Amino acid sequence: MSAPVLDIRGLTIALPATGEREHAVRDVSISVAAGEMVCLVGESGSGKSVIAQAAMGLLPTALRATSGSILVDGEDVLGASEQRLRELRCTRMSMVFQEPMTALNPVLTCGEQIDEVLAFHTRMSAAERRDRTLAIARDVGLDEPRRMIASYPHQLSGGQRQRIMIAMALVLDPRLLIADEPTTALDVTTQAQILALIRELRREHGTGVLFITHDFGVVAEIADKVAVLRRGEVVEFGETRALLTDPQHEYTRMLIASVPSLLPRHRVLAASAPVVLATRRLGKRYVRAGWWRSGKTAGVVHAASDIELEICRGETLGIVGESGSGKSTVARCIARLVEPSAGAITLDGVDIAKMGPRELRPLRRRVQIVFQDPYRSLNPRRTIAEALIEGPMNYGTTREEALATARNLLDLVKIDAAALERYPHQFSGGQRQRICIARALAIEPDLLIADEAVSALDVSVQAQVLALLDEIRGRLNLAMLFITHDLRVAAQVCDRVAVMQRGRIVETGPIAEVYAHPRHEYTRALLAAAPGRDWDFGAAVRDR
Amino acid sequence: MTAAGDSLPVHQLAAPPLRVDGALRRAVRSPTVLAGIAVLALIALVGLAAPVLAGFDPAAINPVMRNKTPGAIETLRADDGRTTEVRHWMGTDSLGRDVASRVVYGARASLLIGLSVASISVGLGLVIGLAAGYVRGLDGVIMRIMDGLMAIPAILLAIAVVSLSSAGVLAVIVAIVIPEVPRVVRLVRSVVLSVREEPYVEAAISLGTPTLMLIVRHILPNTLPPLIVQSTYICASAILIEAILSFLGVGIPSEVPTWGNIMAEGRTLFRVYPHTILYPGIFLALTVLAVNMLGDGLRDTLDPRLQKRL
Repeated sequence: MSAPVLDIRGLTIALPATGEREHAVRDVSISVAAGEMVCLVGESGSGKSVIAQAAMGLLPTALRATSGSILVDGEDVLGASEQRLRELRCTRMSMVFQEPMTALNPVLTCGEQIDEVLAFHTRMSAAERRDRTLAIARDVGLDEPRRMIASYPHQLSGGQRQRIMIAMALVLDPRLLIADEPTTALDVTTQAQILALIRELRREHGTGVLFITHDFGVVAEIADKVAVLRRGEVVEFGETRALLTDPQHEYTRMLIASVPSLLPRHRVLAASAPVVLATRRLGKRYVRAGWWRSGKTAGVVHAASDIELEICRGETLGIVGESGSGKSTVARCIARLVEPSAGAITLDGVDIAKMGPRELRPLRRRVQIVFQDPYRSLNPRRTIAEALIEGPMNYGTTREEALATARNLLDLVKIDAAALERYPHQFSGGQRQRICIARALAIEPDLLIADEAVSALDVSVQAQVLALLDEIRGRLNLAMLFITHDLRVAAQVCDRVAVMQRGRIVETGPIAEVYAHPRHEYTRALLAAAPGRDWDFGAAVRDR
Repeated sequence: MTAAGDSLPVHQLAAPPLRVDGALRRAVRSPTVLAGIAVLALIALVGLAAPVLAGFDPAAINPVMRNKTPGAIETLRADDGRTTEVRHWMGTDSLGRDVASRVVYGARASLLIGLSVASISVGLGLVIGLAAGYVRGLDGVIMRIMDGLMAIPAILLAIAVVSLSSAGVLAVIVAIVIPEVPRVVRLVRSVVLSVREEPYVEAAISLGTPTLMLIVRHILPNTLPPLIVQSTYICASAILIEAILSFLGVGIPSEVPTWGNIMAEGRTLFRVYPHTILYPGIFLALTVLAVNMLGDGLRDTLDPRLQKRL
């Protein structure tokens, strides 16, 4: 094996005294050989990004490496001067960030940004630089490369932007590419393309890649080696196959076991459960009318059209699709947080789609929603008790009764009753999401909508919240509408699934059937793009 | 994981809850806030204790003692023939009135106008801003009216209002409040527009919370920190505008001592006797500086986004 392009030895980085632990990372040793793809996996706060920043010489001033070394192609980055680091970046090592919109400068064209790298590091003439820019844009698989490099970042899609970032990173053929969650902000089909691109470029250029991710699907898809990080320490480092099939450390085992399987679980449904909610030709369009333009001539966006859904008591219906497909619009129409512009929503036979606020109010309690972002779903200035009793008290329950219910609910979502007096910021993301679930349940809804309710959570926490949702649905015999972009999550909780694309449902049916025999082309593309689809994570651990 | 962030500890991702006691404790520890409060308290005390502190009747004209420089001594002769000496610490004006007494009484007018303009315009602006931000149909109408009001120069509007009604403290307050309200409305509306999209507000809507409760519980508290800061700036600008109006002779009638009035009357002779403008000017500058310091300090302590990060 050739000498490593990245060799991190015994790296320890101290956190400021006010931090929640002493070290951001401690005694980390990882190496990446030329042409090798090493994945760094871990949950939020495990120190993945800090390692990437340290290797690029981009550590925030508050963090400081106290011991160890980071050798890039034999040269120590930690001791390098700012001048030397500037020379090394892009020529020896370069980085691709998570969010391509904010990582690119919005006031320069993409071509100018690639050109800047060449102008700074090489003595190429303007014409040579232009040719090289065009060549690398072609290499990263951009269609119409001439138009792409003349475009500004906001004119491109997320996937195209990430390709530009990769082009910038690779234009000088660095020895090492650090990719910090480069596909997390992208849709699953785009993610599959970017992963394939990184894999191909690595093979062609012999670049060593340090790939940071939280997604074991991605790991199974691309990694040669995996390092598992937990609270700043590497708990396990080894070949991907060995590590995934036979994890040695308990934490790795727990993480892998938490990855939801793509195989739908089987659940027997009551044959004649009553329909709780149904939509008929439900649609939402946004009209941008102006002073001088009527609605007809101005821009009309069909966020959702002709949505036909039916959810029975005790059943979980999933809506899956990529960003912008209209999943959340449907959920918000059903919860009447936005006004539907067409069709009917029948709740136990009553059409609520066109009801005014006064008529709607008594019916609101029957449909509750849990949102994606646990940090913004609870009012930061109100205690948990106030959050939990607000709903019941709106419907005439006394404060004492509401508090008693709140205590029971916290017990149901497995949070200590002492939480009642505390404020949301004192809880972790997973705990807050549990509290949000308790809040939704406090007024005994018939239908619970979970709008990407587990997407912002770490995989182990996600597994717990999913189990909780499923348990609650069973215990309370709720109908549940589960919105997600993650096919694995959908497989674990949904009984039936509706696949949405560009505001329309393209396929619907029992989840096992849809996953096993997708009829629509888009469903097939989605399933094919799911990272690590050939890998049944749960099985490896179950078999032990 | 995009939403939850990646490497930052949880407590840094979310804005800390702004509870009044916590925020106040932080504010009181800030040296700028403390200095601002101290100076303002001193000036308020001077205004309140004016009858005790002022050695003379601020309106009493004394032809003998015209245009005396600071420190001039006046000999008072009582009926029984005994004489006492009193000192005009800040001199006298062209009518022989004691400048120090007038300045001390002037603090009353300035603070009264500053405080009432700040509270009235914040109160009005808050209600209108909440309505504009929350009720979609009202937004366009209200904001166009506010834009119209903002297009008129504040001083000119004030002059027009004062000249249409009889001059007096109330007219001046109304005249200054009118141009300040649109600024408050804009601020409140912008906060409401962003807060109403927060998931916790939507959660409250789906919990059946009535609109008024929703605004009071979930939206209003978020508008308070920027409003408190804004109100200090309004207070400072009201004190200044009152002085300008009085200086121009369109404000409070000249028999009421205000800093602006004193300066206006000293204007003609200020090359020879600068003290008639200097002392009220110093008090005015100090007061405005103190109010602005208080505002800056409060902004730094109340806005979690400006707090030090890692």
